[in-house]
Amino acid sequence: MEPFRVLVVDDEEDFLETLVNRLKRRQVDTVGVDSGAAALDLLGREEFDVVILDVMMPAMDGIETLKRIKDLRPFTEVIMLTGHGSVESGIQGMRHGAFDYIMKPAEIDDLLVKIREAYERIRLHKERG
Amino acid sequence: MEGKDYRKLRRRIIGLTLCFSLIPLFALGFSIYYQFHTSYTAKIMENLRTMVENRRDAIDLFFDERISQLNTLAYTHTLDQLRDEQYLERIFTLIQSRSRSFVDLGVIDQDGEHVAYVGPYNLRGVNYKNEDWFQSVMFRGVHISDVFTGFRKYPHFIIAVARREGNRVWILRATIDTEIFEAMVKAAQVGKKGDAFVLNKYNVLQTTPRFGGELLGKVVHPDYATVAGTRAEEMKIDGDTVLVASTWLRNKEWLLVVKEDPREELMPIFRARGMMIGLALAGVLVIVLGTVIVAKAMTEQMIRADREKAILDSNLIQSSKMAALGKLAAGIAHEVNNPLAVIKEKAGWIRDLLTEEDIAGSKNFREFEDAIKKIEFHVERARKVTHRLLGFARRMEPVQETVDMNRLLDETAGFLDNEARFRNISIVREFADELPMVKSDSSQLQQVFLNILENAIDAVGRDGEIRIRTELGDKGKEVLVTIADTGPGIPKEMLGKIFDPFFTTKSVGNGTGMGLAISYGIVDKLGGRIAVESEEGKGAAFTVCLPVG
Repeated sequence: MEPFRVLVVDDEEDFLETLVNRLKRRQVDTVGVDSGAAALDLLGREEFDVVILDVMMPAMDGIETLKRIKDLRPFTEVIMLTGHGSVESGIQGMRHGAFDYIMKPAEIDDLLVKIREAYERIRLHKERG
Repeated sequence: MEGKDYRKLRRRIIGLTLCFSLIPLFALGFSIYYQFHTSYTAKIMENLRTMVENRRDAIDLFFDERISQLNTLAYTHTLDQLRDEQYLERIFTLIQSRSRSFVDLGVIDQDGEHVAYVGPYNLRGVNYKNEDWFQSVMFRGVHISDVFTGFRKYPHFIIAVARREGNRVWILRATIDTEIFEAMVKAAQVGKKGDAFVLNKYNVLQTTPRFGGELLGKVVHPDYATVAGTRAEEMKIDGDTVLVASTWLRNKEWLLVVKEDPREELMPIFRARGMMIGLALAGVLVIVLGTVIVAKAMTEQMIRADREKAILDSNLIQSSKMAALGKLAAGIAHEVNNPLAVIKEKAGWIRDLLTEEDIAGSKNFREFEDAIKKIEFHVERARKVTHRLLGFARRMEPVQETVDMNRLLDETAGFLDNEARFRNISIVREFADELPMVKSDSSQLQQVFLNILENAIDAVGRDGEIRIRTELGDKGKEVLVTIADTGPGIPKEMLGKIFDPFFTTKSVGNGTGMGLAISYGIVDKLGGRIAVESEEGKGAAFTVCLPVG
């Protein structure tokens, strides 16, 4: 089992379900929610190391959700999942404190690499205290 | 607008302008000329009338004097005194010494017998009893005859006065020298074509006119004698226009006629008219010339403006088309991208599940694996399309950096040198020396040139040439890059579409049709333009213009 917990936020249910299943299969403790509000709600109760966050969502969009997550849990790292193709939204996300961005549709292995990198950073932070 | 329409417009401008400038010119000219002509003619006529009246007065005075001379003679002598021819001769000589108006002098008794005569003809003893003038003088006391040939067979006229002496009447009769009389009439002749003569009431000439007609001839046309009083007018005689003034004498029913040639009298008017016509012609010439030049300049300006507008319009259409297509492309890409992501994840999930042992042993395992591989491959292919679409729609600000175009092109062509060599295509570089640095985005430009060069290699196929030329354009404000190939060229009907997204001539799967559309977007965003020139069978040339600053 990997040493980190991952929260996936995406409004596309089929995508969300499958991604969660695949990550779980790769020994990652993963939970999926389908909206920014649900994500914040869950983050208020439980602790996650990395959040995979879709940029394009109805109601509360990715950037807004990102800001609130960072307010709530400053040490949680966020990886933006952008369908935009353009780097713009990814860069915008990073400006607001996201760890990185990855374009949809993404290779699961690439995503895993990024999650591990993010966790590495959290670990370094924690070690330094 | 077509050339024909411009010509029509030009003709209309010329027509209208000429109309509005020539009509006032002609109106002014004609009215001034008409006024001048009228007043001048009136003055000429007035002069003519005055002259004919003066002349008439002179002639009447002449007659008055002659009559009173004869009256004086008759009433200061008796018939018996004057019957003496020697005495009569003395008196005649005395009169002749003062004035040579009389040719002869005779005394006639009441029976018409010529009792005494002095003069060049031998007329003594001639009886005048049956002559018209004899009756007239006996009746009225004074008579002036018409010109006649009479007994002497020579044209002359006479003045006779009668004196009643006791119970008998006798007549003193004198012949007037027609030459002196004619000279008096002719004094009214003016200029080279002027004429003056006298007519009786039957239109018979009493003096010899200068032109057309002889003494005692009858004037058929015009009928002068119908005139009453004094008259001055313009007449047409035998096709010529003449100014005619006429007036009746007081002493005798004779009409004095004075003719003048209007060409002499009205010379100033003709001169004025000539000058007027000359000036008008010059004015017309200037106006026509000016109008034509102005109309030409106007239509040329219009053609230029229209042409510029057409270019602007087509640029505007192209860029708005691009903007609309960009939005459409972005929309499609987003909509397609999400299902693609789901498909990819599902495929990944199946692949994950296939690793489980019991499935790996099933007899269709290979088929499953193959199908998954195909699904992933085609998802990847679709993903590339959506990403390119998004690239086309991207609204990213280009980076500003200093770019050495020659080096950039050399480097870009370098990527393709191997491929070109393999296909026996030579890439010729014709780079301008001392090309200024361009402020632009080198990686985006590289994408543009790569696109064009790849297209060129594809177009040529095998054995050919691609020419890359750089030069300075628009007085050093632009750098022009021309990439020309020796391929088959682009058909005319396709030229307008080659920058449209998804337009491709390549077979399905070998090209997305996005390359030139993206290139167009990039160059447009960098402030330049991209254009193509091509003719079927003669290759194609793409020109990229980039602003230097």
